[in-house]
Amino acid sequence: MTAKRLKDYGKVNQDKILSFTWENKKYFGYKGDSLAASLLANNINIIGRSFKYHRPRGIMSAGVEESGALVTIGKNEYTDPNVRATSQELYEGLIASGQNAFPNVNFDLGYINNYLSRFFAAGFYYKTFMGLPPFEWGKGTKIWMIYEKLIRKAAGMGKASKMPDPDKYEHANEFCDVLIIGSGPSGIAAAVEAANNNLDVILVEQDHVIGGNLLSNSNFDFEEKKYFLQKAGIKVMTRTTAFGLYDNCVAGMIERVNDHFFLPKNNTPRQRFWTIRSKHIILSTGSLERHIAFNNNDIPGVMTVNAARHYLNRYGVLAGEKIIICTNNDSVFETSILLSKAGAKVKVFDIREKIDENTIKKLNTNNVEIEFNKAPLNIQGNKKVESIDIGIKVGNKYKKVNEEECDLVLISGGWSPVIHLLSHRGIKPKWDKENLCFLPSQSSEPITVAGSAAGIWNNDDCEASGIASGLKAANEIGIKTSDYFFPKQGGWKNPIFPLFEIKSNRSRSKSFIDFQHDVTSDDIRLAHREGFVSVEHLKRYTTLGMANDQGKMGNIIGLSIMADLLQKEISEVGTTVFRPPYTPISIGALAGRNVNKHFRPLRVTPLHDWNLENGAKMIETGLYQRPWYYPKNNEKLADAYIREASSVRKTVGLCDVTSLGKISIQGPDSTIFLNKVYSNAFAKLPINKARYGIMLRDDGLVMDDGTSWRLSENEYFMTTSTAHAAKVMLWLEELLQTRWQNLKVHVTSVSEEWAAVSIAGPKSRDTLSLCVEDPNLISNDNLPFMGLTQTKLNNGIPCRIARISFSGELAFEIYTPSDFAYNMMNILWESAKKFDGCLYGLEALGALRIEKGHVTGAELDGRVTIEDVELGKMASDKKSYIGSAMQKRGVLADKDRETLVGIFPRNKSQTFDAGTIICKKNEIKGYGIGRITSVTYSPGLGHWIGLGFIKGGYTEWKNTIVVGADPVRNKEIDLEIVSPHMFDPKGERLHG
Amino acid sequence: MIRIKCPYCGERDHSEFTYGSDASIEYPNLESNAKDWTEAIFFRKNIYGKQIETWHHTNGCRLWLIIERCTITHKIFSIKPAHPEIHKLLKNQNNI
Amino acid sequence: MTRFNAWNVIKNGLNDQTGWDRQWRDPEPKKEYEIVIVGGGIHGLATSYYLAKNFNIKNIAVLEKGWIGGGNAGRNTTIIRSNYMMPGSHQFYEHSLKLWENLSHDLNYNVMFSQRAHVSLFHSPPARDVAARRYNIMKLHGTDAELWDINKLKKNIPYLNYHNARFPILGAAVQNRAGNARHDAVVWGYARAADQLGVDILQNCEVTNILRTNSNIDGLETTRGIIKAKKIGFAVAGNTSRLWEMTGLGNLPIESHKLQAFVTESIKPLIDQVIVYGVGGAHFYISQSDKGSLVFGGDLDWYKSYAQRGNLPIVQDCAEAAMAILPCLGRIRIVRHWAGVCDMSMDGTFFICNTPIKNLFLNAGWNYGGFKAGPASGWYFADLIANEQPNQIIKNHNLERFEKGINLDERGAGPDPKLHG
Repeated sequence: MTAKRLKDYGKVNQDKILSFTWENKKYFGYKGDSLAASLLANNINIIGRSFKYHRPRGIMSAGVEESGALVTIGKNEYTDPNVRATSQELYEGLIASGQNAFPNVNFDLGYINNYLSRFFAAGFYYKTFMGLPPFEWGKGTKIWMIYEKLIRKAAGMGKASKMPDPDKYEHANEFCDVLIIGSGPSGIAAAVEAANNNLDVILVEQDHVIGGNLLSNSNFDFEEKKYFLQKAGIKVMTRTTAFGLYDNCVAGMIERVNDHFFLPKNNTPRQRFWTIRSKHIILSTGSLERHIAFNNNDIPGVMTVNAARHYLNRYGVLAGEKIIICTNNDSVFETSILLSKAGAKVKVFDIREKIDENTIKKLNTNNVEIEFNKAPLNIQGNKKVESIDIGIKVGNKYKKVNEEECDLVLISGGWSPVIHLLSHRGIKPKWDKENLCFLPSQSSEPITVAGSAAGIWNNDDCEASGIASGLKAANEIGIKTSDYFFPKQGGWKNPIFPLFEIKSNRSRSKSFIDFQHDVTSDDIRLAHREGFVSVEHLKRYTTLGMANDQGKMGNIIGLSIMADLLQKEISEVGTTVFRPPYTPISIGALAGRNVNKHFRPLRVTPLHDWNLENGAKMIETGLYQRPWYYPKNNEKLADAYIREASSVRKTVGLCDVTSLGKISIQGPDSTIFLNKVYSNAFAKLPINKARYGIMLRDDGLVMDDGTSWRLSENEYFMTTSTAHAAKVMLWLEELLQTRWQNLKVHVTSVSEEWAAVSIAGPKSRDTLSLCVEDPNLISNDNLPFMGLTQTKLNNGIPCRIARISFSGELAFEIYTPSDFAYNMMNILWESAKKFDGCLYGLEALGALRIEKGHVTGAELDGRVTIEDVELGKMASDKKSYIGSAMQKRGVLADKDRETLVGIFPRNKSQTFDAGTIICKKNEIKGYGIGRITSVTYSPGLGHWIGLGFIKGGYTEWKNTIVVGADPVRNKEIDLEIVSPHMFDPKGERLHG
Repeated sequence: MIRIKCPYCGERDHSEFTYGSDASIEYPNLESNAKDWTEAIFFRKNIYGKQIETWHHTNGCRLWLIIERCTITHKIFSIKPAHPEIHKLLKNQNNI
Repeated sequence: MTRFNAWNVIKNGLNDQTGWDRQWRDPEPKKEYEIVIVGGGIHGLATSYYLAKNFNIKNIAVLEKGWIGGGNAGRNTTIIRSNYMMPGSHQFYEHSLKLWENLSHDLNYNVMFSQRAHVSLFHSPPARDVAARRYNIMKLHGTDAELWDINKLKKNIPYLNYHNARFPILGAAVQNRAGNARHDAVVWGYARAADQLGVDILQNCEVTNILRTNSNIDGLETTRGIIKAKKIGFAVAGNTSRLWEMTGLGNLPIESHKLQAFVTESIKPLIDQVIVYGVGGAHFYISQSDKGSLVFGGDLDWYKSYAQRGNLPIVQDCAEAAMAILPCLGRIRIVRHWAGVCDMSMDGTFFICNTPIKNLFLNAGWNYGGFKAGPASGWYFADLIANEQPNQIIKNHNLERFEKGINLDERGAGPDPKLHG
């Protein structure tokens, strides 16, 4: 191929020279070039290597359908593998290299596969590599996995970086009346028509300039056109690919904001992921020219006819000097004349018997030779096209009649409308025998297809269909009622002739269908022979259409060969379903800014800063960060939490418990409501009293536990666990709005409105007394266990105080409106310090509650009954409540269920871990007889303790030594089973 | 993206909502036996086609809604608040 | 039938591939079969294979409404593991894993089971302990299971987001024998092997009606005529409820939800294990196919659906989840995404069981986990159909378990089918 840049051609700026690197060598191109155009102009033939046989690949198209020229852009963490050179804009400093080749694409050792290719037919890997050759001896997967290592290394195209992607991405959203995808003649016409009807229009173009196929005309000015459209009020988005259509006319799009610069400019993202919500979508997505399968049709120097026109008129690159065009349709004639005028020697071989005289005359006057009844048989040349064998059809076969020397072969096997986006909506296209392509079927959604995507070939009709689409959208949106008229499909003077494959008698030569994946026509035949005759089986067995281009170039050829083999029509063989995305989309763009620390929102309590200022080490619990422990003098976790828990038992401690869920329950039926929701009795809870409550799910298993405080006759304040706050809220709303619609109750989440601190320990009342305006209110008489009061802290801070204990100590929970949190904590902490108190975190909180046998999420794992956690006595048998009918169904009532117990190591110096399985002494296997759910060092008892479950519970095992098996941590120790109430079993400390 | 016209908030992405379940399920009284409850909780018609279902506008007004939707195409046919009083209220309001 | 081995691959290479036959026949339906399995996915085909192989039953047909392997068999992310812990479920999945280990040899078809390790990350001490419970149970059943601390994890997978993750990575629970496989090969391998044992695989044969007498099913009306059978098995995940409706037996504890999957452009080896994690409401799994594509997925689309296509919020969600632990994936491009319809059961666990109709047997409710289960599913379903009663291992995996209070809920999520991913 001898390409050259022509001064007077193209729409690139030939004054603006850009330098780029290809395979470590510096080259030059022009602003506006695609990388492919620049490579072509620099006469670089071999751009890539194919997947399996490592055959050289050149530029085969001028657009997103490219299956040959896949390159790697960038270096190190900026490495971008598998980029189509045909749609990559050239920029100053671009670094590109070949891929899937060693040492390089020009000379690739992997090409040895090509010589062995006879053994590498479709699906060969299913038939071997299982065991030792030649008869696959052996068992298991060992031998396969040795092969697999080698196969994995050989497979894959480009090489990706393992370093974090340094670029930024973002999400964006937009709404419009009409979204028009594709800015060719029909898209532009549709946009103008829609905008003229006062519709809000977005016109999207994947290329960096608008125009689509108009860009391959010599007289189209894309800048002027864009200006015109924008003046008409149309939002024109270039470098933006609508990659998928989703429900309700929502489109996903990727805008390549900075892929045409070496580095992103001005803190803008590399790419932007748009979600567009529209009322009507017009698909003016154009059509793609097809190849034809014949021997060695993959040699660099073969491309589609329209690609050559595009390179000439858009980029000013004449791709060859001696050009052979092979066709079965009329679309090539204009191009052949253009190429001839540009200085190439052009000869057309048309498979058809004849065409109209006018065209022939026109060709002849422009020095284009044309011969009929002739088709390409084989390309000669190794790394580039040297000549082509041309054959004439004799009966069903072709006979070679001449060999034409050439440096560029252009193929047109017909055109395929781009109906991918419609396919995303589950619309199956129908095969059109006249135009030899799949045409879109009608969608029941407001989606209209216009232009050549609808199988309309000539420019004026494309524009007319665009206008009709714009009017149709206006009608359907309800802006207008007017007639509109869609032109007929087709539009060529002479009918297209079906030519998909030229079968040849030459063996061992390959006719390619999928150029990237090396799927050949023989592979289709083998698939047929082996029974893979449906489209879905065919593509899976041969990998046809599974490469980066997703079969844009080759699928229909494969289908037609299969139809031929089955002696069926293409329509009977079926179509493959195109899946989103239309072209590959980066994971980074889809993730946008929600990466690293921003992956999920961070929830912090209003005391977060206070906690940090006071030395808290934080831990993630769900989306929250909560204080884990407050180390003193570089303490480690173990030392800190033991000190903190001991302090609580000895004096007093403060703990931020704001993350608990909080729900305000209001209305005259609040009491009835709570009594139905909780398993324990709430009907007679007095005002200014709180109660611990357990909620079951519909299926009778425990959902969550918490407290509810009766603030007044008709108002309660509910707390839930941190983990289940959202779930409980949703649940209460569901019950009130869908099941118990007669109850007059309103629930409101007030989790964010209140900050909460637990103050626990024998000195807690003393501490608190110094902080409240009226200490008398919190005396034992005025505020007994489970009592509550609404009062003020010093400085007039409003608060709710309840005497609730999770630690088993005399304790209070103090809630203030979040804005006062900081001040509340300061006051409390100042006071606590006077009693030698401490701040304690989640770890100490855990230690204290485990000592007391109080359960949390570790125990309430969604599979336990209220009896399992030894709280059965709380459940009321005098009323019905959610889950009451179900909680004792079948085996849930069994006596030997795994029930909550306390656990000691037999040897008190030993430690153990949660997740340990409890087994009988001589039966350390299977599911065991129980499990350990929580463990801690108990400052109160002076050794490690745990909570867990064992079949039959404490009474069954109290005198038996069992084994804690923790094989994944290589631990196994003897255990004693004790009552879950391990510390202060009588609960005397509660009362201070 | 399914777009749901919330009767209170207006048209929103379905990702603001939480799908509940088949709204034709009639939950038994709390007093009913385990057999009835088992049928209601665990067994589903699992309709292929148009079904009536509940959704919750979790990141919005927090109304539970009754939506008629096709489970094959996701097309929505009708939307109303699950609570009849709220339904009435919004209807009246919208008429003003 | 030409055996699959290197010898024949070479021979046919020299022979223009002319020595290969159809991998399975395309027979006309007979009027009557001993056993008819409805559903030509992995489960149905495997069932027919084990019925023929283990019980020497010759007269079997598998009915497939489209092309075999066209449902979830061809839509999943091909992960194979046995890290289940509920009674019976663990033994079942471990049995499946053992069948997988020798499946290529057994079927004479390379299903490419790659035991490259399944690495399940944890992000907090409580999550580590929950994993420890599960992996201890595995270990106590003789199944391989490991807990990796952060150092071992870093050594094995150095490129995770250790420095800047929203939820810090603390370690991983690992099953080394777990991995992935080539999903289509499993379908075709079972089909070919079953066919060789005389099973009729009837494609484009959709059941349109069920011919029922009082206590039995006589036969099935299909798009290829009436087919009678002495015993009938359903294995049509995704469509179970629709088929079940024809039996008139009422409702099933199943709701259909769709699960999306994603595949990227092919790249040179990047990820060598199956990596999964779940934290902060996210759920994510990824592995690299032998061809070089990254295959990944996450949560359900969160609403009931029979559509085999997904919506954008979960596309975004999965991409975010990918970037959260693998920040190197930013520049990798997705080349295709799709959805499959899952039978989500009310406790996240499957059914292989008798039904109120004596000669009808049910295989359903695979949730996310049907692919790995395939071989054992076929094995136990064949066992059930042949013996007419379930094997001890799966004696509770039936429709009555809810009424009986038997809990097989691996997640403890309760009776909300969408929560059992």
